[in-house]
Amino acid sequence: MAVVTEAPAPARAAPPPAPRRSKRVTRPNFLYLLPAVVFFGLFAGLPLVLVMYLSLTDWTGVGTPVFIGLDNWVRLFSQDALWEITWVTLLLTALFWATQTPLSILLGVWAAGKERNRAVLSALFFLPLLLSTAAIALLYNRLFDPYVGLGRAFEPFRNILGTSTGAITAIVIVVGWQFIPFHTLLYQAAARNIPKVLYDAATVDGAGRWHMFWYVTLPQLRNTIITSSTIMIVGSLTYFETIYLLTNGGPGTATRTLPLEMFFRAFKGYEFGYASAIASVLVIVATGISLLIVRFSGFAKMRSTLEGL
Amino acid sequence: MKTRPNYIAGALSVVWLVIVGVPIYVMVSWSLQTRDSFMDRGPLAIPGAITFENFVDVMDSGFMRYLVNTVIVTAASVALTLLVAVPAAYAIVRSMSWFSGTMFRIFLAGMAIPAQATIIPLYLIINRMQLYDSLTAIILPTVAFGLPLVILVLVGSLRDVSTELYDAMTVDGAGPFRIMIQLVIPMSKGAIAAVGTYTALGAWNQFLFPLILTQDPSMRVLTLSLTSFKQEFQINVPGMMMAVMLTALPVFVLYLVARRWLIAGLAGMGSK
Repeated sequence: MAVVTEAPAPARAAPPPAPRRSKRVTRPNFLYLLPAVVFFGLFAGLPLVLVMYLSLTDWTGVGTPVFIGLDNWVRLFSQDALWEITWVTLLLTALFWATQTPLSILLGVWAAGKERNRAVLSALFFLPLLLSTAAIALLYNRLFDPYVGLGRAFEPFRNILGTSTGAITAIVIVVGWQFIPFHTLLYQAAARNIPKVLYDAATVDGAGRWHMFWYVTLPQLRNTIITSSTIMIVGSLTYFETIYLLTNGGPGTATRTLPLEMFFRAFKGYEFGYASAIASVLVIVATGISLLIVRFSGFAKMRSTLEGL
Repeated sequence: MKTRPNYIAGALSVVWLVIVGVPIYVMVSWSLQTRDSFMDRGPLAIPGAITFENFVDVMDSGFMRYLVNTVIVTAASVALTLLVAVPAAYAIVRSMSWFSGTMFRIFLAGMAIPAQATIIPLYLIINRMQLYDSLTAIILPTVAFGLPLVILVLVGSLRDVSTELYDAMTVDGAGPFRIMIQLVIPMSKGAIAAVGTYTALGAWNQFLFPLILTQDPSMRVLTLSLTSFKQEFQINVPGMMMAVMLTALPVFVLYLVARRWLIAGLAGMGSK
């Protein structure tokens, strides 16, 4: 996602064409940048360093954290539940990706069409974007309630939050409902940018609709697939709100993910040091994955640019 | 090129419309019914009689207070973000020093920081600054985590401003501050609107920072108030739905009047 090709600095060294007073161009000094740097450093940069330090301390949330070395880390990796929690986190991430990506591509390509009815329908499709995560999660929490919700009319929904498979399915449905519109938006914009000549050429070659989608549209969407997947995967690993409000990690611990475990340990169990160790794992994994994808996507971007020639 | 209608795509889109529509329909329909009618008539029935008593219930439980808090947090976040990000983007594009180049790279890397993973140190920092349980506590990290993307988008739009315009203003004797006010801001109006909308939506809808950084009902924002409504309205599901609907209402109104902007803000942010 964060692939920004540094634009080459405009050739400022070139001699001015017109005879101009050798007046120096006024440029903003570092003071213009300072407020942003301080803000970002204090509330985003410092926490990142501090979380690593806190993972080496014992802290109940009040008073001063006490340095205890690697105790939290030893405890973290000897805890059996950790593997189960990591598994649930990865499973949900995989399910989010596998359900949202194909649907977003199909809907995005469809919504990119110029037909009038598509424009009207896609205005409705984007409605979930307007609701907050909390509103969506609590709306579905009521919809999936066995006594008042949809389960009164549809048997499959009756106890969906009561079984572990059901709860995982419910989370995948709700997160998909919330985020597919956003990714659809990305694919819609990208599909509109595909040069029409490619389709014309394919038509001349006698390609059907399916062939065009498979051999023209999909390859042209490759960069967007990478961007959208990065946002999805990194976002899912650290995703918290919906699960917290929809299932609260339950039934039992069936939907307890790493971010949820971190939150419960810290703000319910007052083991802030131990929770920081979990947070550090999250930081390392999320940063690692996004760096990997950025590297990989930079490569893909270069290739697809050359392909157009 | 004349094509036959794509029936399969059409059918799929109708299915998706139902999936998107049913929960929204249910939200509206439940919120306008009495509790008895909603229990008797089943989850999907059209309301027999419309009532506004749920609206009154929600208002009576402190909704306006939470609305005001949310408006303050949103407005302050947008104002502060722009105040800090516009000069920064200007400096990144125009300053030739190593400092601005390095900072830009750091901001870009900052996009990979997951906010969720920093809530514990953030809690510590906010506590040490004596800001716990205040609206400021919510605003500051909201601005900080929004900055990387906002700066990136602003820098992208400022790169399109031609060097000649800067030179012309310099010849006129304008200093950096006047250039920013008279050239940079007017030239990046579109980008500023997009990042402003994006920041506003994020601030309005956020949940995690208010959850961990505030406690007192007087500092509660709308998203957080929904969880307390849920407890308060345990059996009063229509009341709960009314509260959910009301929190989203201002955004819906914005969608109606400024859909193009809103979508541009969201999409521009995603594709970066």
